[in-house]
Amino acid sequence: MSSTIATPVNSQAQALPQAKRRSAHSVALARQAERASRSGIWVGLFAITMSFAAFSSALFVRQGTMDWTHIVLPSVLYLNTLILLASSATLEVARRSLTATSRVGSNAARKASVWVTLTLLLGLAFCAGQFAAWRDLRAQGIYLATNPNSSFFYVLTFIHALHVFAGIAALVYLAGRLTASRSTFRRSLFENTAIYWHFMAVLWAYLFLLCLMKL
Amino acid sequence: MGKLLAIVLVIIALASAYPIVTHMFVLPQDISTHGHAIDEQIKETMLEAGASFIAAQLVLAFFVWSFTGRKEGSPLKNFPGGAKVLVVAAFVLVGTEILALGVLGQKAWATVYFTPPSAGAIQVQAQAEQFAFYFRYPGPDGVFGAIHLDKIDEGNQNYFGLDPANDVAARDDIVSGQLVIPVNREIQLLMHAKDVSHSFYVRELRIQQDFVPGLDLSLHFTATQIGRYEIVCTQLCGLGHYNMKAYLNVMSQQDYDKWQKEQSAQ
Amino acid sequence: MEESSVQQAHVHAPPEGFLRKYVFSLDHKMIGKQYFGLALAAVFTGMVLSWLMRIHMVWPLAKIPGLDLISKAGAPGGIITPEYYLSLMTMHGTLMVFFVLTNAPFAAFGNYFLPIQIGAEDMAFPRFNMMSFWTTFVAWAVLMLAFFIPDGPPISGWTSYAPLSAVGKDAGPGMEYGMSLWGISIALFCIGSLLGALNFIATTLDLRAKGMTLMRMPLSTWAWFITSCIALLAFAVLLPACILLILDRHAGTSFFIPAGLVISDRMQPHSGGSPLLWQHLFWFFGHPEVYIAILPSMGIVSHILINSMRKPLLSHKVVIYSMMSIGFLSYTVWGHHMFLSGMNPTSALAFSFPTLTITIPATVLTLMWLGSLYGARIQINSASLFALGFISMFVSGGVSGFFLAQPSIDIYLHATYFVVGHFHMVMGVASLFGVFAATYFWFPKMSGRMMNETLGKLHFWITFIGTYCIFMPFHYLGLIGNVRRYQSFVDDFMQPYIGWHKFITICALITGAGQLIFLFNLIYSRFKGEPAPQNPWNATSLEWTIPSPPPWNNFGDKHPVVYHDPYQYGVKGSKGDFVMQDSPEQVIVSGD
Repeated sequence: MSSTIATPVNSQAQALPQAKRRSAHSVALARQAERASRSGIWVGLFAITMSFAAFSSALFVRQGTMDWTHIVLPSVLYLNTLILLASSATLEVARRSLTATSRVGSNAARKASVWVTLTLLLGLAFCAGQFAAWRDLRAQGIYLATNPNSSFFYVLTFIHALHVFAGIAALVYLAGRLTASRSTFRRSLFENTAIYWHFMAVLWAYLFLLCLMKL
Repeated sequence: MGKLLAIVLVIIALASAYPIVTHMFVLPQDISTHGHAIDEQIKETMLEAGASFIAAQLVLAFFVWSFTGRKEGSPLKNFPGGAKVLVVAAFVLVGTEILALGVLGQKAWATVYFTPPSAGAIQVQAQAEQFAFYFRYPGPDGVFGAIHLDKIDEGNQNYFGLDPANDVAARDDIVSGQLVIPVNREIQLLMHAKDVSHSFYVRELRIQQDFVPGLDLSLHFTATQIGRYEIVCTQLCGLGHYNMKAYLNVMSQQDYDKWQKEQSAQ
Repeated sequence: MEESSVQQAHVHAPPEGFLRKYVFSLDHKMIGKQYFGLALAAVFTGMVLSWLMRIHMVWPLAKIPGLDLISKAGAPGGIITPEYYLSLMTMHGTLMVFFVLTNAPFAAFGNYFLPIQIGAEDMAFPRFNMMSFWTTFVAWAVLMLAFFIPDGPPISGWTSYAPLSAVGKDAGPGMEYGMSLWGISIALFCIGSLLGALNFIATTLDLRAKGMTLMRMPLSTWAWFITSCIALLAFAVLLPACILLILDRHAGTSFFIPAGLVISDRMQPHSGGSPLLWQHLFWFFGHPEVYIAILPSMGIVSHILINSMRKPLLSHKVVIYSMMSIGFLSYTVWGHHMFLSGMNPTSALAFSFPTLTITIPATVLTLMWLGSLYGARIQINSASLFALGFISMFVSGGVSGFFLAQPSIDIYLHATYFVVGHFHMVMGVASLFGVFAATYFWFPKMSGRMMNETLGKLHFWITFIGTYCIFMPFHYLGLIGNVRRYQSFVDDFMQPYIGWHKFITICALITGAGQLIFLFNLIYSRFKGEPAPQNPWNATSLEWTIPSPPPWNNFGDKHPVVYHDPYQYGVKGSKGDFVMQDSPEQVIVSGD
């Protein structure tokens, strides 16, 4: 059975006579599910934004006290930033290389899966780079509780890295689905993962600037 | 049963109002200069809140009485004016209430918080700790000694960590478990929390303010009547919170001066 | 992320096997029931805790049989110590606010009925839904663990103010492991609630059946939807706050702990943190949280009242916009918990105005309910009694807010029983009345059986009169300056009022016992109740178009199409006095 990746689902339904009876309802349900997963990702990102807003306001309040000092951010963070931005670029290449008529297991899908794998490798490199940044600070004797600046640095970067890890897990799943031979998936899976991943980069840009300016 | 509900609602409304209307629970005597404004505010609000409460419960009772147990097929009617009238009523009623209460209410708040203490105010330092209040006066030299946290010694009653051996200003500081003040003189209370958050509450003074660790807060007030009043802690501070209290001793100026002399002599 | 769009025409597969059906269910109905069961366990625990607190307050030497087995240190010989009183109080508040008032009206009934009321076969993300319940369950288990560790539960209240909550064991008994368990429990609860809120929002926006426009959703669905929007933002702030608190306690950071604290003769190794920061973060969550507690009940009561009155509310849109305004304004008022906290006194006035303003939509709603009763044909049953009782309770609890919203009056009433009376009446009673009404109303749909009406009415009367007897006097006691969170009243000025406290305690015990009638009714009716018809209340919304109990995918082979507004009662030209939402019967509808 040939499988296709993206909507319109109608063409698939026509290919399968036994599903025709319920196809109109299935189509409606499928469309609803796609819209819901899109809403879901934006709602989730909204909640994440709110959490980081809470951390940010804690930072702004805390910086007003007398023991606020200054830490020099490890220079590897600049490299990490580039890596994360690059990973967004590679994911976009992957996403755009798939058109509505690409099929799972086809060359286009395989190519996209390579770019997705590259993205997640870059993501892992980012996380490794963050770990290197923490090690760098530790080598200078700056730990989580050393001063308020370091506390915020570790907390913000760690929680961000946790979210990046979740994104990497999603990318692994995505790469798998693209190359699996007997399945279909919705394009919305790709789009939603991309939205999440790009948000991680945007969030990092904000956090990095915040740390540079305030810590 | 609808009729029963209506009757019970009326009884509840009247029974709830009874203790207020018959003054079964009266505010303690007001011994402060700003308390009158607060008490007036409470009375105003009680009238408006009370009226709203009674009106709503009675209207509910009346409608429940009138519109339960109706025969099937009885005509349905709509409230005259419909939703619009009610929305307008809500805005007008509540709007004016907000203006009245909100604007009027500023005065009492401002007296306590926006006016600085006058130049002649007597400064007393209050320290809140688990589970007692201690008060410190600067003594005849008018200067508070420095606080040394490492010198705090509860066993030897050095609650503030003073160092009279090396600190001249600390030698004549008076430390007391009571807040002793002269009547009709403004007091500025310098508030310091030693361990966790506490709060300073004297009902008769109509004053309440948290002690926040790390923050230098101060409060000023004038007591207008001689007597002994309770200071209680109102911010949960641990297992002894319920028992954390001190006495406010308001004395005549003469008695206060005598007390200060006696304490300094020790 | 969903599988093939052709092979699978359903959101999830029909459940098979015991685990999939009853434990790790993906079915929103089972998850709703699971939340309800959790809330039931929490509310009875919380109620027993309140009995212990009240008994101790007036009979401090009373021996509670068995309590020394749970905590030898806290209740030696069965007599509650002052610190154990605070532990009981902390757990009472935490269980009630989080595990009862967020779970029952919102997670339990919302999960069960939101998808059905919009014509969907399940929530948008069934797996997230299951994860959300089990995360909440683990949060509850972690919290309950605090009872059984040697040092006992924390003593810092459900509000856990720093530095008391942040410094660790020097602060007092229960403040080492007990407090840490609290922090972990609430952090987990945040995650569970965030997942739940996400599900509600996506489902409401995208899974509505054909013809179900937003304005055609029942008011209960609207309330759940607005609540989930509030919950999304509120819990997203509490989670970071809990994380920072846990770090202060275990990692030596100083987010909330300033320098120079000497506790139990020990200098605390922290510096620079701000206790006010905790308060701001907590109350930024905490105030919206209380609206999370009341809004679903407002929607549920509206929904039930309309059915009982046989006519819609005077304006569907006004009610929706009022609920939305309350939701929005709830984010602007948090500082009214902090008038005397040492924050800038000008901001106190700034917070006072929106606090007073939120009275406007609350009054609009109350006038809508009252005004709609005019000219109605009210049917009295257990559900409608609780719905009508809700209106009375909401007014009673709300008017005390007029006092507390004004900073000058708050100088006197803050931290007194006046505040305790206010929030118990409006959250603990009114919100709970909504839950009771919901249970009596929807039990037939959920179980296929009717609850016993006589027992239901008896439950209502005991609860209605009982809660007034308990909580009205709290306000009076507050007026004379009765301070809260005290395990006993040692002040001279309190001695004349101990009699009132005894009266309250006795009423609390009786009212509490009355709740056993409800519990019995629930359990008995589940097995022996009269079989329920599909639409016992002659109601119009979609949940009444499906069997009782509904099949696993709600609508079976039918795909609901909605033709009408949700409350077509007493419409001219219709057969009978109501028209169901999915009935193609054409009726003339005027207004909104």
